[in-house]
Amino acid sequence: METVARLAKSPAAIVGLLLLFLVVAMALTAPLVFPRDPLGLAGRPLQWPFVNSRFWLGTDTTGRDIAAQIFHGARISLLIGIVATLLAITIGIVLGALAGYYGGLVDDVLMRITEAFQTLPNFLLLLVLVAVFGSDIKTVTIAIGLVSWPASARLTRAEFLTLRSREFVQASRTLGMRDVQIIFREILPNALPPVIVYASVIMATAILLESALAFLNLSDPNVPSWGNLIGTGRSVLRTQWYVSAIPGIVILLTVLAVSLVGQGLNDALNPRLKRR
Amino acid sequence: MRVLLLALRRLAASLPTLFVVLAGLFLLLQLAPGDTVDALVAQMGGGDPVMMEELRRYYGLDVSVAVQLGRYIWRLLQLDLGFSAIYGKPVSAVILERLPATLLLMMSALSFAFAGGMALGVLAARKVNRWPDTLISTLGLIFYATPSFWFGLMGIVIFAVNLGWLPAGSFEEIGAGYTGFRRALDIAWHLFLPTLTLALIFLATYLRIMRASMLEVLNLEFVRTARAKGLSPGRVVRRHVLRNALLPMVTLIGLQAGTMLGGSIVVESVFALPGLGRLAYESVVQRDLNTLLGIVFVSALLVIAVNFIVDLLYARLDPRIVT
Repeated sequence: METVARLAKSPAAIVGLLLLFLVVAMALTAPLVFPRDPLGLAGRPLQWPFVNSRFWLGTDTTGRDIAAQIFHGARISLLIGIVATLLAITIGIVLGALAGYYGGLVDDVLMRITEAFQTLPNFLLLLVLVAVFGSDIKTVTIAIGLVSWPASARLTRAEFLTLRSREFVQASRTLGMRDVQIIFREILPNALPPVIVYASVIMATAILLESALAFLNLSDPNVPSWGNLIGTGRSVLRTQWYVSAIPGIVILLTVLAVSLVGQGLNDALNPRLKRR
Repeated sequence: MRVLLLALRRLAASLPTLFVVLAGLFLLLQLAPGDTVDALVAQMGGGDPVMMEELRRYYGLDVSVAVQLGRYIWRLLQLDLGFSAIYGKPVSAVILERLPATLLLMMSALSFAFAGGMALGVLAARKVNRWPDTLISTLGLIFYATPSFWFGLMGIVIFAVNLGWLPAGSFEEIGAGYTGFRRALDIAWHLFLPTLTLALIFLATYLRIMRASMLEVLNLEFVRTARAKGLSPGRVVRRHVLRNALLPMVTLIGLQAGTMLGGSIVVESVFALPGLGRLAYESVVQRDLNTLLGIVFVSALLVIAVNFIVDLLYARLDPRIVT
């Protein structure tokens, strides 16, 4: 409750929450406001925004409604962002917890794997995964999760390293609790806050990764994605630049919202750092 | 000498990491549907099982997976990255052709992001919690949230299409036949917008880290001593704070080398630059897995090399580091 109160005092966090609320509202109302297929032909192609009241954000090169694609795209971006983030922090927490709790050989092996993932550029790794396993939306989401976990593993490991020798852990051991119980029931809840804050960074990056992939036409072409729309607009960039401009602004605002909320959460959880 | 030893030790420590990368790549190749022979036979339009057996033996695909992995790593250690069927030459030759453009782009973007991030970070830290700080921090957040490819496209619309100040793409004026200094100028002019595009996200990170690091160092005892000696605030920052505050920035270069390579894939595709990133994109589109995995291997080497240099730099900047 205290955290929520502190969160509400930061103007940046409030802006972030408002923006995030708008994006979520777009995602939820998309089927009601635009019941037709957003990728279907809607009208004459390349109408400018605010000219035709039926298409207030205009139409793209093939006559699809841009506003409808923006609304339905919010669903895709949020879905990919949330699922990929959950996947990434789950992998990160499990590996980081095992490495930090057991130390020794387990730690060495897991950290080498983590470093290998950190050495490779994650967008390049994403391209490889897409090239090998295909690019439908499920594969893309899982692939984004698979390239985003290393930082959360390191974070969890660092927390576990400081927590594992605390008294409450020793007490749990004396009580005869099994390792699994100690790791997930006793230590993990204490190690979680920084990882949860970091999840906002992963989510922001995941949304950006998906949009870049879709922009390069390497994501699922059968779902309305903001990145896809920017890629479509590229062919008419010199004259009808709005086709690319509009979805880009929406991505910017969404990622900004996620980052602002994450930062607000960070400040609220660590009030001592607020002054800096 | 001592510094070099330390850096070499760190380099040796990255060998297991490289091994994991190679084993992972090999595993991915195994998971890819169909092997080389399947692809070849499909290209020829079918073949009988006896010939396929023959081919598998010829390509060394008939032995156990472990032996194949061993041979694969041995080949890579000799920098033999295989043959690209699409480009009709060895993968290493294709990659070497494309490497300079990417290195140039990365270095210029890195310099710009580092210098810009440092300047803005120092400015924000000195005016902390006043309007210049708020403005700079807000700008940083917005830069961080901007998709780089979109920023590049909008840059093209404004500076190339509407104002006509900068070229919309490509590495240099093709067919102009410039040489020497004139050519360097031409390339710099072409790389201006790509550099800015790639640098933007990193600029945001650098300025945030620089600001935090400045604020931390400004509170240390020796800075108070310097102030007590009667030094002017500018002199305190230049002579005493800056060098210490730079340490996390240098660490960041190593951490972000990989991210920067990833970012250049998109930027090179937007500006049609003949670099490694664009090659990666093309090899995904053309299903040229040999080339793609070669690029991944070279990228890993590049990141390890950058980290080696960062270690050397770091030890020079911070004399407290001893072997």
